Amino acid sequence: MSRPQSESEYLSRLVPPSVSALSRRRFLQASAGAGGLVGLSALLAACGGDDSGGGSGTSTVTFGSNQSDDVPKKAYATMLANAGKAAGVDVKVNTVDHNTFQENINNYLQGKPDDVFTWFAGYRMQFFAEKGLIGDVSDVWANMTGMSDALKTASTGSDGKQYFVPLDYYPWAVFYRKSVFAEKGYQVPKTLDEFKALGTQMKKDGLVPIAFADKDGWPAFGTFDILNMRINGYQFHVDLMAGKEAWTDPKVKTVFDTWRGLLPLHQEGSLGRTWQEAAQSLQKKEAGTYLLGMFVGQQFPAADQADLDFFPFPEVDSTIGADTLDAPIDGFLMAKKPRNEAGAKKLLGALAKPAAEQDYVTSDPTVIAVSSDADTSKYSPLQLKGVELVKNAKNIAQFLDRDTRPDFSSTVMIPSIQAWIKSPDDVDSILNSVESQKKTIFSAQ
Amino acid sequence: MTDLPTVPVGAMSEAGAPGLRARRPAGPRRSRAHRLSRTDKTVLTVMVAVPTALVVGLVWLPALATVILSFSNWDGIGGLGTIHWIGFDNYQNVVTNYPPFKPAIEHNLIWLAVMFLIATPLGMFLAVLLDRQLRASRFYQTSFFLPVVLSLALLGFIWQLIYSSDQGLLNAVLGTKVDWYGDPSVNLWAVLVAASWRHTGYIMLLYLAGLKAVDPSLREAAQMDGASERRAFFSVVFPVMRPVNVIILVVTVIESLRAFDLVWVINKGRNGLELISALVTNNVVGEASRIGFGSALATIMLVISLVFITIYLATVMREDT
Repeated sequence: MSRPQSESEYLSRLVPPSVSALSRRRFLQASAGAGGLVGLSALLAACGGDDSGGGSGTSTVTFGSNQSDDVPKKAYATMLANAGKAAGVDVKVNTVDHNTFQENINNYLQGKPDDVFTWFAGYRMQFFAEKGLIGDVSDVWANMTGMSDALKTASTGSDGKQYFVPLDYYPWAVFYRKSVFAEKGYQVPKTLDEFKALGTQMKKDGLVPIAFADKDGWPAFGTFDILNMRINGYQFHVDLMAGKEAWTDPKVKTVFDTWRGLLPLHQEGSLGRTWQEAAQSLQKKEAGTYLLGMFVGQQFPAADQADLDFFPFPEVDSTIGADTLDAPIDGFLMAKKPRNEAGAKKLLGALAKPAAEQDYVTSDPTVIAVSSDADTSKYSPLQLKGVELVKNAKNIAQFLDRDTRPDFSSTVMIPSIQAWIKSPDDVDSILNSVESQKKTIFSAQ
Repeated sequence: MTDLPTVPVGAMSEAGAPGLRARRPAGPRRSRAHRLSRTDKTVLTVMVAVPTALVVGLVWLPALATVILSFSNWDGIGGLGTIHWIGFDNYQNVVTNYPPFKPAIEHNLIWLAVMFLIATPLGMFLAVLLDRQLRASRFYQTSFFLPVVLSLALLGFIWQLIYSSDQGLLNAVLGTKVDWYGDPSVNLWAVLVAASWRHTGYIMLLYLAGLKAVDPSLREAAQMDGASERRAFFSVVFPVMRPVNVIILVVTVIESLRAFDLVWVINKGRNGLELISALVTNNVVGEASRIGFGSALATIMLVISLVFITIYLATVMREDT
């Protein structure tokens, strides 16, 4: 080791050879190379991800499903496997988390949607039909049997063509536990005054008369819908949802005033409670009744299922009666340009058959199959009662957030109803603000 | 004046004995250490161009698009040709025709006030305390910083366990039945406790790093002059930490305006937890798809942030001159 001749030579000798061998330039080159390799392989993997589809053998139909919870997911898998066999196609199911699927629907439909996917009937479906985002399935409907006229109307777009294939529905009604009613000697009320008297009696007995939860914003729509339909009739409700009636109309104010009269019977602190918690309070016999969809049964353990019963919301106006209800329908839509249109239509035809509906409904006792040909022998008494209720209904609504524009329901109605629940006396200013916001949204396009 | 050859300053630093050099030609200096080869130039260009392209493409252009779209009432469906331009209608609607807007602005300002007056000073205080050579200082640092590292889902879960009205820890310990998340007069403060818990740790770490860089001789000098701890900090250390203080201030303001995650996880920013960011998300993301309206809200948020950013930049620029 010779003596260093200059300061820089001395300094450079302080760096160990292992480090000096790796110059900064070489390090950068190596990392750029590694990064490029990773990027390239990712790119290749993405490119190679497309389905080849077709070819020899059965054709493939892709199915987008939002049934991400365990029970419905398994039920859908069985149903689709059988339906696929019946239709002679291979079904490839893509399941997405329930809420995520709904939130991304706009991007999904404008991107590369699956050939067939789950959705709901009502304005929410007609909205997409008008925008040209979903496919026309009128020819599948031409061969369908067992679907009532009401169902066909709910599946029709504003241009008269059918876009929707229904699978199941669940009615909204007032649920209660038979054992509690029997123990306390309660009678099922037929009019609103009887309901109020029953509620007062329940309060005296230490029960919360009507369970109530609105943390998510949408459960309270059920109460609004049924009161509006009982007080003002089905047609006014539909027109109000479509933006043709004004929210400042005295008829709407009457609905809120009636509701305000019932609020003392509702559970307190609803804005911090989820519907699951409210259903549990019904199950724990802390609440007497709960106005909700039949899915309330999901919160009841198997042993208590037989104790669950319902009655339709009592009539308010004897000239209108109590023959209208909310019964949202779930089903399927077809993409505007499916990769396998023939296969998709065959699959939809198979899914519209009673056999497919039964496959699903047997695993989920909180819904009812739509087809009138469906085998009801395995239905629970609750499901049978639901079938009777809907069969005898003159008009079926789809629930506020499916009957009106999605942007109106989520950005205007949810905050407004929550604001009203907080201060029911501010009904005038709230309705004025709803009406002015509605005007900007509905007149937009 | 003189016509002797001048020796360029750089000549001294090169390897080899310094000495008189021949007169250099006028023009740009071309010493070997400073000339960049072609490969170097390409590498530099690529290394600068790629991040710039990403920032411009993923941040600036969408921000510009948001501002432009705020003058339309597009719903996100259909091509760009379906956009209707409606001028300032969206802004008018946001201010006059949208009940959640006023509460959202109030809540953001409350958030800013709490962060600025409570969480940030607490973080700074903890940093000052930990700056000494305490025995378990590492442990304290980790435990204070842990909330910052935890994922949002985990935070939501932890605080749900504490705040749940029926089954939560707080109500069980205090014996009360307060609806922490559902009561609009209480829930913002409940969320602010959770947010401050996180923010304090973050500020603490930033400030601690700054404190460790302070010249110890300053503190010794203050000590020798007989200053108490408090006096030493406020009169000597704090002024010296000016750059770090400005950064802390900016971080606090940005985090307050950006506050979103906790509120969204709890109840999507409704019923007493309205924040501008949650309103933007409610309108733009999801089925609602009120792109024009949501963009107007986002632009308002941008303008409010710009006010603070301008103040910050003015302060920093003034310092440099």
